[in-house]
Amino acid sequence: MEQHLLSIVLFTPLAGLLVLLLIPSSHKTLIRAWANVAAFAGFLVSIPLVLRFDKNIAGFQFLERADWIPSLGVKYAIGIDGISLLLVMLTTVVGFLAILSSWAAIDTHLKSYYAMFLLQQVGMIGVFIALDFFLFYVFWELVLVPMYFIIGVWGGPRKLYAAIKFFLYTLAGSVLMLLGILTLYFQHNQQFGFYTFEISELMKLDLPLGLQQWVFWAFFLGFAIKVPMFPFHTWLPDAHVEAPTAGSVILASVLLKMGTYGFIRFSLPLLPKASIDQTIVGVLAVLSIVAIIYGALVSLMQQDWKKLVAYSSVSHLGFCTLGIFALNPNGIAGSVIQQINHGISTGMLFLIVGIVYERRHTREIAEYGGLGQVMPKYATVFAIAMLSSAGLPLLNGFIGEFTILQGAFEANRAWAAFAVMGVILGAAYLLWLYQRTILGQVTNPKNLRLPDLSLRELAVFVPLIVWAVWIGVYPKPYFDVLEKPVQQIVERVRPGYFQGGGAPQRAALPASRPQGGSR
Amino acid sequence: MSQYYTATDHFVLIPAIMLALFGCAILLFDFLVFPSPRQRKWLLIFVALGEGFTCFGLWRQYAFLSANSLPELTAFQGSLTADGFALFFNLMFAAAALIVAIVSYRYLEIEGEHHGEYYALILLAQCGMFFLAAGTDLVTLFIGLELMALCFYVMVGFLRSDKRSNEAAMKYLLLGAFSSGFLVYGFSVLYGISGSTKLREITAAVAARDPWDPMVFLAVATTAVGLLFKISAVPFHMWAPDAYEGAPTTVTAYLSVASKAASFAFLLRIFAGPLGPAREDWLPLLIFVAVATMTVGNLAAISQSNVKRLLAYSSISHAGYMLLGLIAGNDTGIKGVAVYILVYTFMNLGAFLVVVALRREGIIGEDLDDMAGLVHKSPGYAILMLIFLLSLAGIPPTAGFLGKYYIFLSLIQTGHYVLAVIATLYVAVAIYYYFRVVKTMFAGELADHEPLASSFGLRLALGVTGVLTLGIGIYPEPWLRLAQTSLMR
Repeated sequence: MEQHLLSIVLFTPLAGLLVLLLIPSSHKTLIRAWANVAAFAGFLVSIPLVLRFDKNIAGFQFLERADWIPSLGVKYAIGIDGISLLLVMLTTVVGFLAILSSWAAIDTHLKSYYAMFLLQQVGMIGVFIALDFFLFYVFWELVLVPMYFIIGVWGGPRKLYAAIKFFLYTLAGSVLMLLGILTLYFQHNQQFGFYTFEISELMKLDLPLGLQQWVFWAFFLGFAIKVPMFPFHTWLPDAHVEAPTAGSVILASVLLKMGTYGFIRFSLPLLPKASIDQTIVGVLAVLSIVAIIYGALVSLMQQDWKKLVAYSSVSHLGFCTLGIFALNPNGIAGSVIQQINHGISTGMLFLIVGIVYERRHTREIAEYGGLGQVMPKYATVFAIAMLSSAGLPLLNGFIGEFTILQGAFEANRAWAAFAVMGVILGAAYLLWLYQRTILGQVTNPKNLRLPDLSLRELAVFVPLIVWAVWIGVYPKPYFDVLEKPVQQIVERVRPGYFQGGGAPQRAALPASRPQGGSR
Repeated sequence: MSQYYTATDHFVLIPAIMLALFGCAILLFDFLVFPSPRQRKWLLIFVALGEGFTCFGLWRQYAFLSANSLPELTAFQGSLTADGFALFFNLMFAAAALIVAIVSYRYLEIEGEHHGEYYALILLAQCGMFFLAAGTDLVTLFIGLELMALCFYVMVGFLRSDKRSNEAAMKYLLLGAFSSGFLVYGFSVLYGISGSTKLREITAAVAARDPWDPMVFLAVATTAVGLLFKISAVPFHMWAPDAYEGAPTTVTAYLSVASKAASFAFLLRIFAGPLGPAREDWLPLLIFVAVATMTVGNLAAISQSNVKRLLAYSSISHAGYMLLGLIAGNDTGIKGVAVYILVYTFMNLGAFLVVVALRREGIIGEDLDDMAGLVHKSPGYAILMLIFLLSLAGIPPTAGFLGKYYIFLSLIQTGHYVLAVIATLYVAVAIYYYFRVVKTMFAGELADHEPLASSFGLRLALGVTGVLTLGIGIYPEPWLRLAQTSLMR
């Protein structure tokens, strides 16, 4: 048991799925209950990871290695460091809450619906723990199919268009990434005489800059489309708007993080020379900044509540990628924290849209107004989610954005200046949204009788709110687990950074200044 | 007398003898013992026995080769060989033939054309394929090709009262004969160059000449045209969609899998053998053909509304991918073609079997619309079809990914980066049309309430192909070793 902890976390949803398939479709309540139990079990088994995680160990923990396809050199190699720990926890928590939130919303093909979510859980956890590139790729692709069905079967009016668009976009990127992976695999054989996909082995490769750049762009297409970064974001609004609420939550909270995680785990450590190449860093930073500002501006213009939240994701993920390519400890640690934050806040925002959509079946912002009068609990929850997303101090969003901005400032002051505009615009579109929907008098008589949050709905929000406040008030544990892995990555990309090459006074890492840590 | 037919000759030939023997036995028993159409499904026992003995013969050859660690065993003064390559492909043919045979009885009953000859033709066609995979002499190869093709001409036109079937058979016959003409012309030039019909000697003679020698070039060009016709590569693919659409669906399945595999075995024998030294002649040609094949196959498939036609175009595009393995030309590439054939056999058969089940009394069931809402009526079939289609597109963890994996890797190893990028991007195109089928099955309104035409044989075959398509993807190791044998030569 002890040494297979991570495998248990990975396969619990799968076991739940297999049992689910045995339940006859007519027992709807039983199916719902079981899916919730399975997802909750998935969360419970992941708790020991947190308890037994040793933040002082540099490198991976809970390692498991076994031969999978010996003739290709493929191993079943899994393990986590602080970065993956946080993302795995995000997956198990949000995965459970998404399933919980679907209790009343979904009534058709229940069994397949929950089966898709559980399968999706396996894929997402797998992506975050795989230490073998082949294994990673298998999980990466495994995620596509359930999401296609979640959008395509249970989605809105244009669901089929949105589903196939999502599938094709991400697939096109990931097959090109596959070519990059195969190139590394082949180069490893050239240099060391044996074939392997293990990340730790591939990191030993010494490749010329030109080749690294090609491979970097191949990876970039795979990861950037998933994130999505600026010119590749067009699939996202469609997918989000058409997806059922729980699908949007998973998509925004976890699925997009696969892209940013890919950059941190693979692009930077495997291709260090390309990652500090001026052109590449410049292009990525500019694309991130464009995403931040463009995403925010487009959000301001939206008439559709859900689309607004979708575009705000583009903006927020721009912060995450900007942090990564600041290439310093603050930037990368901030980026990971912000990924978690975005998972929490945007997850909540999607749930909030979902709740009124369930009651009114419209997402037009103009249809609402003054909801605070009829749904006070709802208004409170929305206020917290909105402020956390906008980056109010003492809530989680502030910590992430602040640390990223610090990192960006160290790297290039202009980047930070532009990114700050994103923060301001972010507050603008969120507050304006809140004002139009919640504040004032009820403008639409249809909204007069809307029921407030039920206990179950509230139960979905409470853990997320608690988490948001925890990160906002006491983020030290998060920075602590991130310290070693982030250090390793920075050291790998910029050797000598901590010996005075970069910014020595910054080497203490952000752990020591959770808030307001001015210089 | 004995020097003309030695024990080795017999040992190598025995699988083909068994196929021919059981094929003829079926013809005899059909009208002597089983006069009533209802009893004809018992002929399946002969097919199974025939395949059993064939595989036993192949297994003994394999055991003999590995026990003596020989690369190959030649027979008939070098016209026939038992090497890993031949053994591997013959095993694939046997699997395909058996699967097709056991699903056919119900289908042919519905079509009203259940005759004993059908099973005989399956075995005799496989006998032809045996020579295509094992032959190392131009004449042997050509006879094998014609034996296979003749059986298929008859099988494609097996629905005698159906106009489409007749038309398909006629087109296939005419174009097949036309391409055989090219092939024989190329063979005659090769014979002219070397004075021999043995591949080994021709290889030596071609190697002794300059690749740009006009005679060599003429031989390469004409032989290549003939061979590319057989694997339905663009621009010689015109016959395939029509033949696939018109033929009985079970025959289409057999044609698209076994016949294609046999033609590829043939193509690899010729290109890796006699034409190998003239690689610089045909490499640009094949690159052009491979890209054109992927392009036309994938783009034409997008607009098809008939599932059989859609799968026909998809199988054209798969031929393009397999050609890439030959273009890379290293061990990974050749093994990649073998792996591709292996996974393609099961996934493509599986996809066609679902179409077979859709053919019911009074319902043709070939249109995309006939699949609408399949998941509500027969969720098992819909999910299996999903697995086959994902595999055809090459999405892990299905088997199809492995085929693509080897092809892409071989292209990267040999530095064909542009080709690799083109090939990977067509995966996304392929997903688009495969998912048109998925979309119809899962999101469409139920087309009719008539239950699918199921039979024990069909369920068994679908189960086997489904389990293999997923199983090879999840635990590929033993299957990769199996494909590794194909490099033994």
